[in-house]
Parts: sequence; C-alpha cells; structure tokens
Amino acid sequence: MRKVELKEITKTYDGKIDVLSSIDVTIEPGEFFVLVGPSGCGKSTMLRMIAGLESITSGELALDGKRANALPPSERDLSMVFQNYALYPHLTVEQNITFGLHVKKISKKEQKVRCEEVCEMLGLTPYMKRKPKELSGGQRQRVALARAVVTEAPLCLMDEPLSNLDAKLRAKMRSEIRQLQRKLGLTMIYVTHDQTEAMTMADRMMILSNGRVQQIGRPLDVYNHPDNLFVASFIGSPPMNLIEAEVSDSMLTADGHWVMPIPNEKKWLLREDKVMLGIRPEHIKLAKESEPGFFVQVANVEVLGTETLVTFDFGEKSQWVAKWSGQYDILPGTKLRITVDNKHYAFFSVKNGKRLDRSPIPAAVKKVSS
Amino acid sequence: MTMAQEVRASDEKKLRKREWSNFLTGILFLLPSLLLFGVFLFYPMVRTVYLSLFLTSSQGVPIVFVGWDNFFALFQSTSFQLSAKATALFVLYTVPASVLLATALAVLANQKLKGIGLFRTMFSATMGMSVAASSVIWMFLFNPSIGLFNRILAALNIPGIQWLLDPQYALLSVSIATIWMNTGFAFLILLGGLQNIDSSLYESAKIAGVSDACQLRKITLPMLSPTLFFVTTVTLINAFQTFGQIDLLTKGGPMESTNVIVYSIYKDAFINYNVGSASAQAVLLFAAVLIVTVIQFKIGERKVHYQ
Repeated sequence: MRKVELKEITKTYDGKIDVLSSIDVTIEPGEFFVLVGPSGCGKSTMLRMIAGLESITSGELALDGKRANALPPSERDLSMVFQNYALYPHLTVEQNITFGLHVKKISKKEQKVRCEEVCEMLGLTPYMKRKPKELSGGQRQRVALARAVVTEAPLCLMDEPLSNLDAKLRAKMRSEIRQLQRKLGLTMIYVTHDQTEAMTMADRMMILSNGRVQQIGRPLDVYNHPDNLFVASFIGSPPMNLIEAEVSDSMLTADGHWVMPIPNEKKWLLREDKVMLGIRPEHIKLAKESEPGFFVQVANVEVLGTETLVTFDFGEKSQWVAKWSGQYDILPGTKLRITVDNKHYAFFSVKNGKRLDRSPIPAAVKKVSS
Repeated sequence: MTMAQEVRASDEKKLRKREWSNFLTGILFLLPSLLLFGVFLFYPMVRTVYLSLFLTSSQGVPIVFVGWDNFFALFQSTSFQLSAKATALFVLYTVPASVLLATALAVLANQKLKGIGLFRTMFSATMGMSVAASSVIWMFLFNPSIGLFNRILAALNIPGIQWLLDPQYALLSVSIATIWMNTGFAFLILLGGLQNIDSSLYESAKIAGVSDACQLRKITLPMLSPTLFFVTTVTLINAFQTFGQIDLLTKGGPMESTNVIVYSIYKDAFINYNVGSASAQAVLLFAAVLIVTVIQFKIGERKVHYQ
C-alpha cells in the first residue's frame, strides 16, 4: 500500500501548451483510483509521470510522503500494465512473468515459486511454457497482470489495460482486476477512457479534460452531483440529456415552446437569463393522465432486455434518450406524453458550464448490509 | 442426367472458368517481371550452365562438349584454389565486421537525442555512394606516399605499408573499404528494425530496473533478429559477388591475392576469352552461395524470433 500525492503538477512539452495543468490530488493507500477522460486529455501522461517514464515540468510528486520527482522508475517500487501488454514475444509466459526479477536479487528458486503462485491465481498454469503469440487476447492480458503482481510492488499502474478486449471479456476482467486489487491490498491507479469502467471499478475517480481536472470523487457522487457540463455529459450511459432554456417570469422555456414552471426552491434561477438544463435518462417518465407533460415523437427504441432506451425528438435540433426499466413495445413514430419530476433537474451555467445549484440530484441509492 | 446433376455440372463449369480467368489475370500481372527476369536472369543462368559443359571459341561459341572437364580442370588449378581461398577470406573479413559495425552504429543512432538526424544521415550516407566513387576515395586513402593511412603511421613513427601492393595486406585493405561501403545499407535497415521495436517493452524493463546492457541482450537483439538475419544474408551474398572495388583498387593482384571468384570469372571470360571455364566457375559460385545461404537459413531459423 502506498500513498501517492500530486501537488500542482504541470506538464508541457513545448513550453507553451500545458498537457496537464495544476493537478492536485492525493491517492490514499489501498485505494482504487481511476483516471478517466476522452482520448488526448492527458490521463496517460499523468500515469507515466507517476511511473517516472515522463518528466514532471513543475509541481511535486510524493510517494509515501517523500518527494519522488527525480526518482528513476525502478526505484519507485511500482508495477505497470501497458495498454498493449508489452509482452516479450520471444520469451515464454514464465520468462515474461519473471523478467527483471533478478534485478531485485530474488533467487531463481524464489522466482519460480512466485511465478507458479501468480499463474495459479490467474489461471495461467497450463500456459506457462507458451509464447505470447500462442495465447488469446484475454490470456495475454492475464500475463501482463501476472507480471505486475509477481513483483509484489505495493503500487500498480494500469494504462487502459482492457481496451483491446471484447466487451464480454472486458466485463469479466473488470471484476477480476478489482478482486485482485482488494485481495492483495494494492494501491491502484487505473487509466481508462471508458466511463463504465470508471464507474464500476473506482473507489474514487478523477475526470480529466484538456489537461484539467474536472472533478474528483466517488463514482456515485460524481454521477449524482456532476460539477459541470463536461462531467454531466461524460459520465453516464446514455449521457445526460441537455438543452438550453430561457428563464423568464418564473418559467423555463426550452426551444421556444417547451415551458416548465420553476420550482419554488429554485427561484434563484431568475438571476440568470439562460441556463443549461440537464436530465438523466432514467428520470424521464411516461406521464400519468393527471400529470402535466410534453408530447414527443419516438425516433428509435432499443430494447435491452432489462431496460428499454427510447430516443425521441426534443425540440427542433436535439434528441433525448429516456431509460425505462423493463421491456416496452413502442413503434418509432409513436407520440408519447412524458414528464420529469422537477427535483431531478440539474442546472448548469451557459457561460462556463459550471453547475448552478449545489444541491444533489436525488438518487435512490439502496443500502444492503448483511 | 437429373436436373440437380445438371445444375451442379454447370456450376462446376462456371467455377472452373472463373479459376482459369483468375489464373490468366495473375499471369498478366507477373508478366513484366517474368519477362525481365527471363531475359536478364533465367536465360543467362541456363546458358551459363550449358556453356560450362563445353570448350568454347574466343567468341564464346561452344565448340566441343567436354562434360565435367572444365570443372575437373578448375579443381586442379592452383589459381582457382587461390581464388576460392581469397573469396572465402573476403567473406569472412567483411560480413561479420559489416554487420557488427552497422548494428553498433544503429543502436547508437537509435537514441532520442538532439541532432541525431545528422548522425543517422552520416552513418547511412555510404549507401548513396557508387562503388566506383567510394573506391577512388579509398585509393587515395591507401596511397603509399600521399595517403592518409601512411601519414598517420609516419606520424606514429611506424614504417609505411604498401596497402594495395603488398600481397599480405591487399585483401585486408579491400575488405576494409568494402566494410565501409556495406555499412550504410546495413545501418539503415537495422535502424529501421530497431525503430519497429515497441517502446513499451523498454519502458516495462525500465520499471523493472533492468540494466541497459541486459536490455540490449534480452530485448533488443532478440527483437532485432529477423532484421539481423536479413542483413546478414544480403551482405553475405553481396560479398560473394564483389567485383567493382576489386577491379578499381587491385585488379585481382598483387600475386592474385585479391583475385576473388567474380573477378576471376570476369578475367577468364573477357580477358582470356575462356568462356567455358568462366561459366564453370560461375556455376560453382552459384552453388557455393546457395549452400551457404541454405545453411544460414537452417541455423538462423532456430535463433530468429519472428513476431
């Protein structure tokens, strides 16, 4: 277990454009910390800086409280799993796993014992004598994991380790990596562009965009209280529905003719002329007869078995998606009347994208304890 | 014939017709290279084998069929034995040294440093130079009175060497010049091979703390092995076929010490007008290159790691 602190870390290659600017975060020992963001946001660069593969332009990196900016990678006592696994094609699985252990003064016998243990743990025992090219994608992934685990380093860095796997295997490995991390008590820093991975695996996550931290927090906190428009649209699948609304006379008007009353407790909205209104797909409901609602035309329906995604035209330009649990038999073109409980509205500034109200969007987190 | 059989027969006929037209299209694409190879390679090769079995006139016209006599004569001739020995030594001097030097330079030039492009250009520059031009440069360097090498020796108070005129040194001198000429090509190919190695392999080793020397041995060389194998094969075949620098620097002399096979073939065919014997030597050279290459492939396959 290791504590990783980043203080005001900035990275630039040409001295002009910051690839990362003022990153400030403390990763607690034993934590599964996910860096998530679209490609090119600087998340891999940040990971490589922690590993010591990239230099830090300014700021301080501390491992267990000690400054580590100039420490070579090998002295940081960490392991890393690369996106392409970085397996040596000319070595067998066993040789790949034990590669480099001699540097740590581990005897041949000990190496063998450790390798066998790790292979047993990851189900690689039958493949120990094979070369990487004789393995499937998932097995290669496991070898890369084994190589990280065998070093017994307390900090493990992973750079999009699942992005080369198919969807089914990815879901399986997600859970396996998480269990492995818990079992070994590793501090894990995990980079991904996939918000599902971030949501399902993280203890805490950091959302990055254009080299800037957008939000740091526990997955549900981030989902329920997105700090800004970027986070709101990036986290969640399908993403939050957004539309610009004009504020006037205690009414919100979206796209000219969609009118919603402003709830009493949100009268402060009157200070703004325009706001960005966000609604999560699961909060859009079919309106009962007694409820006020809007008529919309269904554009597409995706039935996923446990839930149904209904895409409908909202206004002239935008399409919204509603997520209803259960199976619905709706034909495209059908007119539906929908409604949203106004407590589920999220408001963002049109100018800077920041969340306007700090009260959480209510969510139904159900606690189950044994 | 039933209906179904008829249909099947007509299907098969269509399929066969399509296969045939595919084959013709393929041949059409191959035709230009087949034509060129045929005129400049296959026909001369067959003709060489044919001529090697004849006694020929000074115009190269076959006169009397003599069977293996040309070959027997060659095996007994001391001149041919010297020539074979010179060729073997020349290959031995140039191939390992060229490949080693080029590998070392490529590993050096593969670093990410400022201005490394300049070195890469310099190291590969010999590839862009003709054998003739390079030979002239080396002739000046080897010149006993005004050449650079003897001046250096003189500065060190060592008596000068007749680089190209002393039978003891001539083959070595030509070899040194050849190594220099080979370096550019081998360097460029090897550098390309090095740059194809995934950088994450080195990063992973760096995190494990593996030393640079160990990385070179355990990662670079095995990953480079297919390229090294290719470069070695090509350099080897080129060494067997060396002609230009021999002709320009030593003309096979002194005392036939640099009279490698290809030069000997040239002399027999176009100076002594003994085309039969020259053809026999060419056939033997072909056989030698073939055998060495086959052996190399057999041994190499075990050591080369293709991805």
